[in-house]
Amino acid sequence: MSAAERYLTLNSRDLRLELEELYAAYTACLDEERFEEWPEFFVEQCLYKIVPRENFERGLPLATWLCESKGYLADRVTAIRKTAVYAPRYVRRMVSGLRVLGWKEGMLEVRANYVALETLQDELTRVFNTGQYRDKLVVEEGRLKFKEKLCIFDSLLVPNSLIYPL
Amino acid sequence: MGARHVWPAEGVSRIPYWIYSDPEIYAREQERIFCGPSWNYVALEAELPRPGDFKRTFIGEKPVVVVRDNEGSINVVENRCAHRGVQFCQKHLGNAVEFMCPYHQWTYDLKGNLIGVPFRRGVKKQGGMPADFDPKNHGLRKLKVARRHGVIFASFASDLEPLEEYFGPSMSALYDRVFDGRELRVLGYSRQLTPANWKLMFENIKDPYHASLLHVFLVSFGLFRADQPSKVQMDATGRHGALISWRGDQKKTEDNLDMKSLIDNFKLQDATLLEPVREFPEYTVVMTTLWPNLIIQQQSNTLAMRQLITRGPGAFELAWTYFGYADDDEDMTRRRLRQANLMGPAGFVSIDDSEVMKFSQAGVGPYPEGAGVMEMGGRDWKDEQHMVTESVIRAFYAYYRQVMEI
Repeated sequence: MSAAERYLTLNSRDLRLELEELYAAYTACLDEERFEEWPEFFVEQCLYKIVPRENFERGLPLATWLCESKGYLADRVTAIRKTAVYAPRYVRRMVSGLRVLGWKEGMLEVRANYVALETLQDELTRVFNTGQYRDKLVVEEGRLKFKEKLCIFDSLLVPNSLIYPL
Repeated sequence: MGARHVWPAEGVSRIPYWIYSDPEIYAREQERIFCGPSWNYVALEAELPRPGDFKRTFIGEKPVVVVRDNEGSINVVENRCAHRGVQFCQKHLGNAVEFMCPYHQWTYDLKGNLIGVPFRRGVKKQGGMPADFDPKNHGLRKLKVARRHGVIFASFASDLEPLEEYFGPSMSALYDRVFDGRELRVLGYSRQLTPANWKLMFENIKDPYHASLLHVFLVSFGLFRADQPSKVQMDATGRHGALISWRGDQKKTEDNLDMKSLIDNFKLQDATLLEPVREFPEYTVVMTTLWPNLIIQQQSNTLAMRQLITRGPGAFELAWTYFGYADDDEDMTRRRLRQANLMGPAGFVSIDDSEVMKFSQAGVGPYPEGAGVMEMGGRDWKDEQHMVTESVIRAFYAYYRQVMEI
């Protein structure tokens, strides 16, 4: 049985466990600022977008952050590490309310709520960004990877700058 | 103004730090600048295509509503019920037949006229408004409106020059490059709250000196750099300004040795992010600042209005409206959306600005007695054929001082 077939035959409890593990690994990677590993959660031809909810609901195409390939994700990491000027910060992400919508055209559709908390040096920790992940996953190299990850955020007014991925 | 509000004797080559934090100065700015004789950007007509379409926005910190009426005219009214001052409109964008304040249901038509006051004649012959109460005298306060090529401006002042005169010939020409009368298409919004005084945002876009140094990304990709052909332009008053540049290559040369941030051979893994096509005549970048609340961004193929909304002396909201043209093909729209990655709250380039503006406020706020040195390119202000200058900032403050009488 191929890895993809194995995922297709998993019962919902086991699939859910796999996804819980994946999202925990994903947020840990970002929370611990191992940004170089972040693109590895995605397939080569992927779509990663952070979109204000108002644009999403009105059908407006603008994203606050748009990556259309794994290379694009890597370029963002280069910016974080080498080109962007910003104050030190910690960002911690919480994911909950994970819902598995099922397989559609070879992709597993998953939705979840997320909250990103931001801590700046002279300020109290604040809710930086909150919204919904709308994800599509596929099986590659024997594991689930993101084909598409949309972060649709409710917190329309971004507190100054969005530097690290969500 | 008190004794602490004395501008340094050097004039506009010094910027006293009290202007960034003093509540008295902030209040005076609201009164004289945003509510004074100035044309404030409020919306694009493309946001309000049909009768009844409205947009809730701000001038300075004052809430207003921009609405298209049944005759197709654009009205801008205060978002404040004439009865008890309730901010009656709470949606960013929408469509309405009329506006009704939720508190006592006073109702206004799309021109802001008061058309309904519940219980005006009383109930069972009791109460009600006095017999001489005339709804005509209690409409929403209407602002003066000007439109040009799809962009809407408004003013609290009743007496001010027409828009074209207000821009002046050089700024009108730059404005018409982007707003040439073609129908616009809104691509989306982005909003950010920056903990810095609003003038720091204007200074940033009037300051070509920093662009070659702070923005490693911009510099390394040759998008805007001091060793490229470039110029700065102002109107006759100094209140408006533009930074103009032509795109060049990304090599290290003798001229850019000072640019420590230039990373040679910097390559994107996915180059589709930066594949601009020539779209406008001559220049590749024109960043225009229009007094008192608008930045027009034309960086390669990414176009946006950046509207400044003040939130007290120590913060401002920057409301970005990205747009293209109704006749853009799919490739052009995709290009605009990709290049939008450069700007906004998560922009490859503008992250640096929002962060540095916060650092600025953190430095100038606690030291109101200090002053900034603004001598790059001289101590006066005039148009220049290069970008190693702070001339445009000095021009801004020359006009600011007149308006503020400080």
